[in-house]
Amino acid sequence: MQAVSPYREAANIIIEEGGEPLNLCYQCGLCSATCPWNLVRSFPVHMMIHEAQLGLVDFESEEVWQCVACRACVQRCPRGVEIPDIMRALRRAIVSLGIAKVPDSLRITVKNVSSVGNPLGEAAEKRADWAKDMDVSTFIEGTELLYFACCIQAYDPMIQKVARATVNILKKAQVDFGILGAKQTCCGESVRKAGMESVFQSLAQNNISVFTEAGVKTILVTSPHCYHTFTQEYPKFGGNFEVIHFSQYLARLIKDGRLKFTKELNKKVTYHDSCCLGRYAGIYDEPRQILESIPGLELVEMRDNRENSLCCGGCAGRLWMETKKGERFSDIRIEQALETGANTLAVFCPYCMLNFEDSVLTTDKAGIIEVKDIAELVQEAI
Amino acid sequence: MEDKVRIGVYICHCGTNIAGVVDVKEVTEFTRGLPSVVMAKDYIYMCSDPGQNMIKDDIKELGLSRVVVASCSPRMHERTFRQACQEAGLNPYLFDMANIREQDSWVTEDHSAATTKAKALVSAAVRRVSRQESLEVKEVPVSSSVLIVGGGIAGVQAALEIGNSEHKVYLVEREPSIGGHMAQFDKTFPTLDCASCIFTPLLSAVGHHSYIELLTHSEVEEVSGYIGNYKVKIRKRARYVDESKCTGCGVCIEKCPWKVDSEFDEGLAKRKAIYTLFPQAVPNVPVIDTEHCVYFLKGTCRACEKFCDAKAIDFEQKDELVEVEVGGIIVATGYQAFDPSTIAWYGYGRYDNVITALQFERMCNASGPTRGKIVLKDGSEPKSVAIIHCVGSRDKNYHEYCSRVCCMYALKYSHLIKEKTSAEVYQMYIDMRCFGKGYEEFYKRLSDEGINFIRGKAGEVTDRTITEEEQGKLVVVCQDTLLGSLIRVPVDMVILCTALEARSDAEGVARLFNISRSADGFFMERHPKLDPVATMTDGTFVVGCCQGPKDIPDTVAQASAAAARVLSMISKGRIEIEAATAMIDEELCSGCKICNTLCPFNAISFEEEKEVSQINQALCKGCGTCAAACPSGAITARHFTTEQIMAEIEGVLV
Repeated sequence: MQAVSPYREAANIIIEEGGEPLNLCYQCGLCSATCPWNLVRSFPVHMMIHEAQLGLVDFESEEVWQCVACRACVQRCPRGVEIPDIMRALRRAIVSLGIAKVPDSLRITVKNVSSVGNPLGEAAEKRADWAKDMDVSTFIEGTELLYFACCIQAYDPMIQKVARATVNILKKAQVDFGILGAKQTCCGESVRKAGMESVFQSLAQNNISVFTEAGVKTILVTSPHCYHTFTQEYPKFGGNFEVIHFSQYLARLIKDGRLKFTKELNKKVTYHDSCCLGRYAGIYDEPRQILESIPGLELVEMRDNRENSLCCGGCAGRLWMETKKGERFSDIRIEQALETGANTLAVFCPYCMLNFEDSVLTTDKAGIIEVKDIAELVQEAI
Repeated sequence: MEDKVRIGVYICHCGTNIAGVVDVKEVTEFTRGLPSVVMAKDYIYMCSDPGQNMIKDDIKELGLSRVVVASCSPRMHERTFRQACQEAGLNPYLFDMANIREQDSWVTEDHSAATTKAKALVSAAVRRVSRQESLEVKEVPVSSSVLIVGGGIAGVQAALEIGNSEHKVYLVEREPSIGGHMAQFDKTFPTLDCASCIFTPLLSAVGHHSYIELLTHSEVEEVSGYIGNYKVKIRKRARYVDESKCTGCGVCIEKCPWKVDSEFDEGLAKRKAIYTLFPQAVPNVPVIDTEHCVYFLKGTCRACEKFCDAKAIDFEQKDELVEVEVGGIIVATGYQAFDPSTIAWYGYGRYDNVITALQFERMCNASGPTRGKIVLKDGSEPKSVAIIHCVGSRDKNYHEYCSRVCCMYALKYSHLIKEKTSAEVYQMYIDMRCFGKGYEEFYKRLSDEGINFIRGKAGEVTDRTITEEEQGKLVVVCQDTLLGSLIRVPVDMVILCTALEARSDAEGVARLFNISRSADGFFMERHPKLDPVATMTDGTFVVGCCQGPKDIPDTVAQASAAAARVLSMISKGRIEIEAATAMIDEELCSGCKICNTLCPFNAISFEEEKEVSQINQALCKGCGTCAAACPSGAITARHFTTEQIMAEIEGVLV
């Protein structure tokens, strides 16, 4: 039998790369028991942490790239260990030291982000094309709100409808807003969680200077990923803006009577709490308030909801990596949605939307359930 | 005055602790040149007998009127040197100590800087000591009675210790009878003796003790006074049963038609609206629960009254206020169990057969709701039981501390399950903590009985089954960290080892007795190692689980310790009180009352007639808060006067 010895140098590198929460872990295994990967395959989180504590991580292992950073484990961890930070540190160690291979799909995506500013590899100057025929003002100093559409909402032809619905709602409520085009780039949230720290920092610095130069005070976002990184990560790089997620803004517009519904929406809807809006930002009530205020709409809950919501599987770079059929959380989530008898799955996150749209098609559920962003539902009812 | 002052200064080497860093010879030489210093010496251990004798001899031979020792922290040896001064006829308050160890040699390796600082500290002490004044330590008489609050094992043990020494004890218990949590238990670990067999003799002894006055169904309402002379108001709540007439026959209970969930049986059984907690209750006098008695709710029934031959039922009984004077107070108010319904994924409250540890205790108890049988909600015997450890303990989301008893009672439960049923037992644990005498041996014994140990914090209890084997069962989902895989254990019953937590009213109790609480909510001891049962309020002690989770042996040991502390105080009949207290110059006091609310010891009151504040010298600890806050400069903190402090500062600066 081969014995192993602790490898302090490796442990120290992981700690230097932001993995210091690993020191707190007392190996109770609750993270591994809570992890949504259990639904489809094993992922012994606590063992990876213990390996990291002793510097014995197998950096070649695909498990390094497995964590989706959904925070289900952190929420229950008895020592409050920020487990996604440890996973990110492992990836950073690989990226910065080149000690193992970065999965191809992830590498290509990050290359796109660093060269053209978006993960889809589309031209930077086309960033505002989704709004071409919509008569949307460009943000100038003094405009109340900057609307920052996520890369996916800006470029993906399937998801652009969400950005367009958002604009229609803002116009209807006579909100003073504008957009910035080609200069802004991807927020970098997933890039960072995937371990690409230097790419993230240059994205953050670019966006911060673009916003600052344009005189932006308040940013409205429709992706909870942008929301997380703008509120929690940009301030450390000097970007201090007021950031509002559309769920919060929309709930306020409705409450203040600035937005009135004129049509009934006879749909049975269940709402999926995305990790970034829910466990990361604690926003659970506003999306439900909005849905419940739409006339005719019936809201039902899935068995895993709010704090216990099941991740769609798309965060921390996993959106860009291939997950085998049979191992996709989004497929299971669609099943959970169907269990409620709902005909519409409402989301408030472009990553969730992409994953669920994909699951509906690949599991043959088109025509049984539709995936809608809440902005789309609201647009239909006003 | 300056000429009369003759100061002797001693520089201690403390072996190499000080002399290894500070140049003591240089400091001694420097000291000789300080004002009023008639003599300066260095010595290897000032705290040794020769060191102390040197001080005594010099006081007598050289006529020293002030003494300074530069050595360790005053917390270590101030008392030693004060004593030496006193023995040589010098008032102990004419002594001062310069700390050149903890505040100097231990905190730097720079010899030259350390020597410079030592000189500054000695210079400060010399200047200060010449302005110090003689103070007289006073003694006050002590009442020989004792108040004990809480009638669980802690309070009972302390009461018997003190009562047996023929000192009066007032034992106050909120519930209708004494016994606390221990009365609920079936067996006790690690010896597995029957809890009531070892406990009820003590309860009965308390009930019949001529020196113990039992005040059950009662609560302390007000505490005033100070060590040796507390005045306590106790509300004796109406029982609606005359204790002097009741024979304890139990007919009233039998005839009462109204049932409610029994708190004592943790909701597993019903009790009547007139009830005693358990068969061996002390006192064996029922009480009427007015929230559920239909006579009190609607004015009808009175069945109990009709059937009571002793005519003991008294619906007109009123609360009684009892005032007692006591010398010391022992707070033994115990713990409450964590409510596991907050951890939704364990299913407590959702699944019938997920129960708490205390519910299981009651189930095992022969006088409990199932007469000692371990059964499921439907009355059948479980074929498998899971015991989940650390529910609410060792978890920053609930309580960060370890509750210290759960590993052991979980082992005890395993034994009881094995003894009474043929069920398989699974323990989901993080670490087995079996640290006490005989505990590891108990762990070994239970391992031998064939328990399944699964190392991991349980993730979920669910009725969502996957396999046929799981049908109709509760499934405990857990990562077995030793196997390195997720494990699903189908069981019939789940026992949650709930944390011991501070009582929800602990804050109010702390305020009432003027004791503090640690961050975990439990009452705080004066020193975790060297003064574990005293509190910052002299004469008030804390014992048992109100101070922190602990098992019965530790609780009993603490209770006896507190009893010894109280007895040493009251058997002497008098206590010394701090001489370095604050005083108010009535001429200068403007009566603004700022000091009244700031005093952490409640020592300052307002005298309405004179319109000035007054400091109770017995309560004042000389902390100086009032002196610092007084806007009129009317308060002087003895031994810490402005003149003394300014002189000390000057000494550091020159």
